[in-house]
Amino acid sequence: MRPEMILLVALRALRRNRMRSLLTAFGIVIGVAAVITTVSIGNGARAEVEEQVTRLGQNVVLVFPGSRSLGGVSIGGGSANTLTVEDALAIHEEIPEVIAASPEVRSQRQVSYGNRNWFTRIYGQSSDYLQIRQWPMEYGRMFDEEDVLRANMVAVVGQTIVEELFEGADPIGAIIRVRGMPLEIIGVLQTKGMSLMGSVQDDIILVPYTTAFRYISGRSHAMVINTQVYSAELMPVARQKITDLLRERHGLGPGQDNDFTVQTQEEVARAATETSRVMTFLLGAIAGISLLVGGIGIMNIMLVSVTERTREIGIRIALGARNRDILRQFLVEAILLSCLGGGIGILTGIGVSYVLAFYADWPVYLSHNAIAYAFLFSAMVGIFFGFYPARKAARLDPIEALRYE
Amino acid sequence: MAVVVLEDIFKTYHLGSEVDVPALRGLSLVLEAGEFAAILGPSGSGKSTLMNVIGCLDRPGRGRYLLEGEDVAKLSRDRLAAVRNRKIGFVFQSFNLLSRTSALENVELPLMYKSDGLSLREIQRRASEALDQVGLSDRADHHPSQLSGGQQQRVAIARALVTEPTILLADEPTGNLDTRTGLEIMEIFQKLNDHGITLIMVTHEQDIGRFAKRTIVMRDGRIVRDDPVEDRLAASDEKEKLPVLVAEEESVQ
Repeated sequence: MRPEMILLVALRALRRNRMRSLLTAFGIVIGVAAVITTVSIGNGARAEVEEQVTRLGQNVVLVFPGSRSLGGVSIGGGSANTLTVEDALAIHEEIPEVIAASPEVRSQRQVSYGNRNWFTRIYGQSSDYLQIRQWPMEYGRMFDEEDVLRANMVAVVGQTIVEELFEGADPIGAIIRVRGMPLEIIGVLQTKGMSLMGSVQDDIILVPYTTAFRYISGRSHAMVINTQVYSAELMPVARQKITDLLRERHGLGPGQDNDFTVQTQEEVARAATETSRVMTFLLGAIAGISLLVGGIGIMNIMLVSVTERTREIGIRIALGARNRDILRQFLVEAILLSCLGGGIGILTGIGVSYVLAFYADWPVYLSHNAIAYAFLFSAMVGIFFGFYPARKAARLDPIEALRYE
Repeated sequence: MAVVVLEDIFKTYHLGSEVDVPALRGLSLVLEAGEFAAILGPSGSGKSTLMNVIGCLDRPGRGRYLLEGEDVAKLSRDRLAAVRNRKIGFVFQSFNLLSRTSALENVELPLMYKSDGLSLREIQRRASEALDQVGLSDRADHHPSQLSGGQQQRVAIARALVTEPTILLADEPTGNLDTRTGLEIMEIFQKLNDHGITLIMVTHEQDIGRFAKRTIVMRDGRIVRDDPVEDRLAASDEKEKLPVLVAEEESVQ
């Protein structure tokens, strides 16, 4: 029997049961679409994370209080009060590789302007912060060392604040209130989008760290020290020097653990991408299970179909079909079904991915590999789950099959 | 020339491990080319088993079976499939057409299993020729459910003929048909036989046997009578004698 005849025979058999063929393939459609969509979403998330990491700034070294393990989940940092403003100043002054250092103190506060108010994050930073983060101003100016020194009540705000408190109008010179105290807006930041952790970075107010410590946060210690090193090659050296300096300043003897953690931008990135990679894998695995269930569905229908088509098989054998012709026909039917399902599934997956990208504003990156693997896997599902019913069909006794009612 | 030579054929069916049912007990039979034989006998006489053996659907337990001089009793299942495809055409009582499949595609079916691999174009050409032979070329794209019983059986005959087999095996070909349609089928059979096809037909209707050239009566797995038909009937004449009823024609549809 010529191969194209087997294909034709299988196609005609599927056409005879159009509805059943479509429903059988539907299980695979869902499985493949789920795999492609989840992997697209996962890849989108990862690409977004990577982009965020590059936006984190250039040659950034972060110092967190307390110790934390590499690849840990809480990028937010420890809560121990071990880092002081003086630590930050010392790092800046004593380590030549460090261009800039900014002690960071965060607080969440209600701010108001006129009759409008907004709940936002207020960051105390040094005047170097924007340089470290590679974050340009939209207009106005950043507070300078003078403002920091005097703990002036000045603020630089993100785009979200401009939208929420000023409805997009120029806020320079306006006085907003935090805990009843006035803050004068002197600058507006360019929009920056989502952060690594998914928060809107533009929903922010920057004030001199001295102002934050004294009037706003109620804290006395830095939550992070952001530092910038001259070049990427100097990162390991800088990292070591920061560690040595802080150990010395904190009076830690040999054998004592660090009471802080130094992380490079790269390490933060690695932890974040690792997290999204694991998420993608998990989502993909769950979707893979639905593909498997679709395969079992094909086997189920094929088995029912073999019983129901017993007489047809008997006729074919009587007309001269060999056992292997019957086996091949049923196998090809199963493969066609799963490939049909795979094809529709790919289109559905791509469609759903784009719909998500469009409506949910989620970054979606279609993975050619995922599409290829999903299709290959669905074809294998067809062969694997089609084989048993096909063999059962091929082994039928023609005389009994012809007599089957 | 002998087309079918059966020598001392035994066939026993084993039901479970204890019960043995002897279906053929030392049967011998020679059929010459161009014969039209009717095998008669009550149910359980072994005539279906004999058909299955002649049709290469089943192998005899003991004995020799020469089909056109080739010993097919010991052939593998695959070789038997090829023999069925090349040399034998089947016509069944219940037509056994594939449902939801056009008449033409039904007739194409055996050609698709041909070992020498025809092109689809050639398959379609031969299938429409065969349909033409049974007078159904205008119903080529009808599904079995859109055809009358007689038409379905004619499609089945076209399917059996399309491979140009040596013998045509018919198992109760008129069993599901009314008298007039049955006569039409017999008319086709007689015409085919006149053109040289060897026909073997199993039936339990004595009357139908009279359209054949030879009747073989079986009982308990053996042949008890084997006579040439003296007063052979022509199906076309018998059809003439039937009262012409329009209603009858339509009841078939």
